[in-house]
Amino acid sequence: MSDVLERRDAAPLDDGHLKVVGTRPVRPDGADKVTGKAMYGADLAMPGMVVGKILRSPHAHARIVSIDTRKARALPGVKAIVTAADFPDLASEEFEAGESAGNLRDLSQNVMARHVVLYDGHAVAAVAATSSSIADEALALIVVDYEVLPHVTEVEAAMSPDAPVLHAHMFTQGLAVTPDKPSNIAKRNELTRGDLAAAFAEADVTVEGRYTTAAVHQGYIEPHACVASYAADGQCQVWSSSQGQFMIRTYCAKVLNLESSNIRVTPAEIGGGFGGKTTVYLEPVALALSRQCGHPVKMVMTRDEVFRASGPTSAGVMTVKLGAKADGTITAADVVLKFQAGAFEGSPVGAGSMTALACYDIPNFSIVGYDVVTNTPKVAAYRAPGAPISAFAVETAMDELAAKLGMDPLALREKNAVRDGMKASYGPVFKNIGYVETLEAIRSHPHYTAPLGPNQGRGLAVGFWFNIGGESTAAVNINEDGTAVVISGNPDIGGSRASMAMMAAEVLGLPVEKVRPIVADTASIGFSMLTGGSRTTFATGMAVTQASQKIVEDLKRRAAMLMDVSVDQVDWVDGVAVCRDASKGKADLSLAHIAEKSGQTGGPIGAQVSLNAQGAGPGFGVHLCDVEVDPETGHVTVLRYTAAQDVGKAIHPAYVEGQIQGGVAQGVGWALNEEYIFDRTGHMENAGFLDYRVPVASDLPMIDSILVEVANPRHPFGAKGVGEVPIVPPLAAVGNAVSAAIGKRLTDLPMAPPKIRAAIDAG
Amino acid sequence: MSKRQHISATVNGDPVEFLAEPGATLLDALRDDLGLTGSKEGCGSGDCGACSVILDGRLVCSCLVLAVEAEGRRVETIEGMAEGSKLHPLQQKFLEHAALQCGFCTPGLLVSAKALLDANPDPTETEARYWLAGNLCRCTGYDKIIRAVMDAAAELRQEKV
Repeated sequence: MSDVLERRDAAPLDDGHLKVVGTRPVRPDGADKVTGKAMYGADLAMPGMVVGKILRSPHAHARIVSIDTRKARALPGVKAIVTAADFPDLASEEFEAGESAGNLRDLSQNVMARHVVLYDGHAVAAVAATSSSIADEALALIVVDYEVLPHVTEVEAAMSPDAPVLHAHMFTQGLAVTPDKPSNIAKRNELTRGDLAAAFAEADVTVEGRYTTAAVHQGYIEPHACVASYAADGQCQVWSSSQGQFMIRTYCAKVLNLESSNIRVTPAEIGGGFGGKTTVYLEPVALALSRQCGHPVKMVMTRDEVFRASGPTSAGVMTVKLGAKADGTITAADVVLKFQAGAFEGSPVGAGSMTALACYDIPNFSIVGYDVVTNTPKVAAYRAPGAPISAFAVETAMDELAAKLGMDPLALREKNAVRDGMKASYGPVFKNIGYVETLEAIRSHPHYTAPLGPNQGRGLAVGFWFNIGGESTAAVNINEDGTAVVISGNPDIGGSRASMAMMAAEVLGLPVEKVRPIVADTASIGFSMLTGGSRTTFATGMAVTQASQKIVEDLKRRAAMLMDVSVDQVDWVDGVAVCRDASKGKADLSLAHIAEKSGQTGGPIGAQVSLNAQGAGPGFGVHLCDVEVDPETGHVTVLRYTAAQDVGKAIHPAYVEGQIQGGVAQGVGWALNEEYIFDRTGHMENAGFLDYRVPVASDLPMIDSILVEVANPRHPFGAKGVGEVPIVPPLAAVGNAVSAAIGKRLTDLPMAPPKIRAAIDAG
Repeated sequence: MSKRQHISATVNGDPVEFLAEPGATLLDALRDDLGLTGSKEGCGSGDCGACSVILDGRLVCSCLVLAVEAEGRRVETIEGMAEGSKLHPLQQKFLEHAALQCGFCTPGLLVSAKALLDANPDPTETEARYWLAGNLCRCTGYDKIIRAVMDAAAELRQEKV
């Protein structure tokens, strides 16, 4: 269950009398989702549709000598076959696509390998056929001649000077002197403050450690899926499950060199994404196949393909050194982060660096990050990309520092906590943050002082995420009966239709059931950046709110006309126009009444707002975890978990709690079970849910979530992003609890039974 | 390619007929031949439970049952859970407790939870967690799902009194 703690300045529209925002209505898309009617990526069937499948590399690194598709083409029922030769050979070019940025050549070559395969599972060809079994048969008839090359999957091995080089064009960026030899280190980044050497020299206490995390997959239950249709006149339609229909449109246009106006993307319901559906794998391939054969082409990944060829997030190798005064004041921090990017550059080491020390006010620090390519799938965003990895290292080191100082871990965080007005380690000055309140929420929770039994341990960790705003469009239309439709361009990944409807209902003064939210295709609403960065409720919610406010102004104007008074005489109160001057004897006008008469006052009532939302408030989480370790087997049971988070204002508290609980569960999996395991040939050994084990219901206790509401005044109702923060602290919260339970410091994830037994046996 | 086989079965109380390839799964038949796409394929290996259906009263992963095995048998899917537009108490409680986020695992979880309550109307939280351990959910952390199931169980017991 959740406690809501409130304090501080209200947001512009929060007068303390909110009627809809902050309540827990049933979500408007709920009935379809509990009855099996909701249409996800693989649920659409089209007339004349054929099945597309991808042939994937069995090698971690190889040159493609030749691809012979003649036998496959001759198979009856095969309609199309594409290889890289059917895609434009794009030059290296950095591009911005809404939230995400990328390199055009890398994006294209990840979709379809050109000349070289860079990981086990890399796409080399695709077929479309009249049935799934014929498509399988055709794939088996394609002959690819590979020249197998040496490969490297581990991040530190890939950094070694004698490692096999993945990209001959890659020269490490961010060094003082540009190197003369190519390397797997794509980039080095650095953040510094103060005089680190002097600070360490003067520190009373120092701790130092090396920490590792494994590559883990986002693990959405819905595999990637789409249907694409390319018409004879070049107009394309795509239906797919993704975190952004506009992102799909942009990437398809780039990879196939098409015009955006010729691509219409309709978002299917999305069966989980967590950042992993912020890029394209199938859509351009399906379009290329459809262009060749003229049929709509459906493509659905198997789970094996999802693991081998999409996601994951980086494995990381980190070192942290902390220096403090005897009273617990941290004076120095030295952090080095080495993140695996997979086959193409672009690990989240930048965000990992910026978030590493963001919870702390430390006068002297150095954070150095390395973005390293390896012969593994290209990483994709995963919930607060990079932050959980660096937080695992820093928060474990903090636990060691607290132990060495003989200080309570929470008190150590409180002593060094960032507060409003302080300059963040990554640059800006903090405003309206609720970190101290979040620490206090855990301190005052009964869990904090609950007794522990034998073989049990308690771990604390904190976490930070920026949250973003960005470009969004929303439209609100009033129907002729006074009900409303809210149209936005952000896929609803965890209940955002509900929050959009609630914000509109609050402003319009309607019951939420009278507001129907829809997620529109790319031709039916203006551009919106994808659902990611915890931005939708903040940024798209701001567009919805402003569109609703425009409508209220318009309704007042129309009511004034109908009442025959001046517009400044009309107030909008709970969905009704009221004349301020009671002596005029004007009857109140309901929204339904004004809507019915809209023809007399200027025609249909509607408003659209496009904006670039600024002022997203950063979020902080403080997590407390109890575990019990079975000393015989090394198995860890999570006994109790409490997570407090500064959420700004919870628009729909139940879905905010859900975000926190879900983030914790993913973090527990990351800490205890999940990892990519490669054999000596670079083949992934556990590409399925049996061997890549994500937490199940019996692995977890109830997860207490505490919503700390320190309003973000830049959002009309005070909201901050909430979806990513909760995955940042759990890795170390669980790890610190396990270390406490066994009395040994563990530093490598996942903390699977063999590692724990080995630590216990080491004596 | 081997010839397809004619299959007659009962799905959600209705007689159905379809042609099945020897290697096709019951899930394929439900989704592709019968248009019942409420059952989802998350893994195809019986590890995620998104395709859960009840076959002659027994909870199964329909991706692990061959379509031809459905001959003469009774299949219950998510599409048969509500009575017309009246939701089953489990469906209603899932909505009230916000026990779904993306909703992809929801049909399988509901079918699985119904099988649980059919077999054990008064489960403990631990029993519910172990019964549902074959249904992966990546969004919710299971907290609200378990609460919804326990609440629905209580309501169903109440209805019986």
